[in-house]
Amino acid sequence: MTTLLDIRELNIEANGKKLVSDLSFTIAAGERLGLIGESGSGKSLTALAAIGLLPEGLQASGSVILDNRQVIGARDRDLVPLRGTAAAVIFQEPLTALDPLMKIGQQVGNAVKRRAKRDGGPTDKASIQREVLALLDQVALPDPYRISAAWPHEISGGQRQRAAIAMALACKPKLLIADEPTTALDVTTQAEILALLGKLVRERDMALLFISHDLPVVAGAVERVVVMQHGRVVETGAVSTVFDQPEHAYTQSLVAAARAFDDALEIAR
Amino acid sequence: MSLIEVRNVSFSYTRQSRTLHDINLTLRKGCNLGIVGESGSGKTTLLRLLLGLNKPTSGEVRFEGSPLDLGNRQMMRGFRRGVQAVFQDPYSSLDPRQRVFDIIAEPLRSLGIDGDKNEAVTQVLKAVGLSSDATERYPHEFSGGQRQRIAIARAIISRPDIILADEVVSALDLSTRIRIVELLKELSATMTFVLVSHDLSLVSSLCEEMIILERGHIVEAGKTHEILANPGHSYTQKLLGSIPRMPR
Repeated sequence: MTTLLDIRELNIEANGKKLVSDLSFTIAAGERLGLIGESGSGKSLTALAAIGLLPEGLQASGSVILDNRQVIGARDRDLVPLRGTAAAVIFQEPLTALDPLMKIGQQVGNAVKRRAKRDGGPTDKASIQREVLALLDQVALPDPYRISAAWPHEISGGQRQRAAIAMALACKPKLLIADEPTTALDVTTQAEILALLGKLVRERDMALLFISHDLPVVAGAVERVVVMQHGRVVETGAVSTVFDQPEHAYTQSLVAAARAFDDALEIAR
Repeated sequence: MSLIEVRNVSFSYTRQSRTLHDINLTLRKGCNLGIVGESGSGKTTLLRLLLGLNKPTSGEVRFEGSPLDLGNRQMMRGFRRGVQAVFQDPYSSLDPRQRVFDIIAEPLRSLGIDGDKNEAVTQVLKAVGLSSDATERYPHEFSGGQRQRIAIARAIISRPDIILADEVVSALDLSTRIRIVELLKELSATMTFVLVSHDLSLVSSLCEEMIILERGHIVEAGKTHEILANPGHSYTQKLLGSIPRMPR
């Protein structure tokens, strides 16, 4: 299998303070990998570094090869073609990820248009509109026509996250990066979005980098996990192995805590 | 003995829509109650009624046997002493410009409780597992979990019978969360908790009884383990089925 994302000895620092140290992992085409850690562990920074979106003031060193191109040290304009095609991101809070002053249809339409231009596809209004409605339908939004004409504030949190997923899919990425995509959602909505993501990733044979602090959520979404603490990888392996026989003390404490909460529901099983 | 009784309570913020419909519940001493619901279910509104921050549109809230009268200052003072709250976000619920000592001792002053303040603060700090040198520091010097301990210390200093806790661990990391749950379990020995949460596993670990709210209606109420083992309402079933579980 070809390697889609190859991170080697990645270091991220701000004013001499190390935020991520000697981080390495790879994602093969079509593979689903989870990045687990608590707040401040560096998991979101790692995701941003993977597509060269680190905020100003943070320095990355080491090597990040995304779809055969070196991201670290590359000029921003050389990275633009990678974004969307090689990897697209879904963020935690769909309300801030979407432009509040632009209708849903137009936001998804922009992504569709950009992709069409690059691939030499049709960019007339009718074709774009058709593609937008098809995408909204694929993310199981009810009444795509109405949603496409709605402002972000007019639809629910779950619907906004579906719209954000539609935007990411419009680019037909090889790797989908989902950074806590369901943390801001209700539990029933979360179940729907997780099922949708799982289905889309499988259908399109996309690779998935799934970032979360929630162990059971990660367990259902990916095959392999990387556990981070204080900017370092402490453990990596198959979900079944890591959750069943965690080796590192930190992973053990996380798994024990997650099991304790899970056990409280045992009666419901 | 019932501490709080809610009888046929409905509540509307505007004339057009009703947020809570005909709510009935009883909080008994020593029996923690979980209020479970998703966003928009009305759980925070119900909490505000229990805290005496809003008046029901119809029906009544009774505290230790008598109807809660928000205009009766003497009654409300007794009520505030007996009912305290802890909120979700420990970053916004502590005054950043006050030292921890003043934050924790505040209820003693505002509720007119006499006695040795130093002694009282030292005692509650110990109860929540913070060292006594915390008193001279400011909230920003503490982590999220420690701040939530400070908020809990402030809530228990007036020795209330009831603590209303609104999503108290949702903003915390997993390993911090489990320690705060342990603390709440310990405190349950001497006071009764009303736990507002969307998290059924949390409610299950702390509450003997629970109600499930959906769009302002109680769809299910009773013993927590009985509801979990045998959810009667389709919404409860959906809620339970949606919770991601650890692989076995």
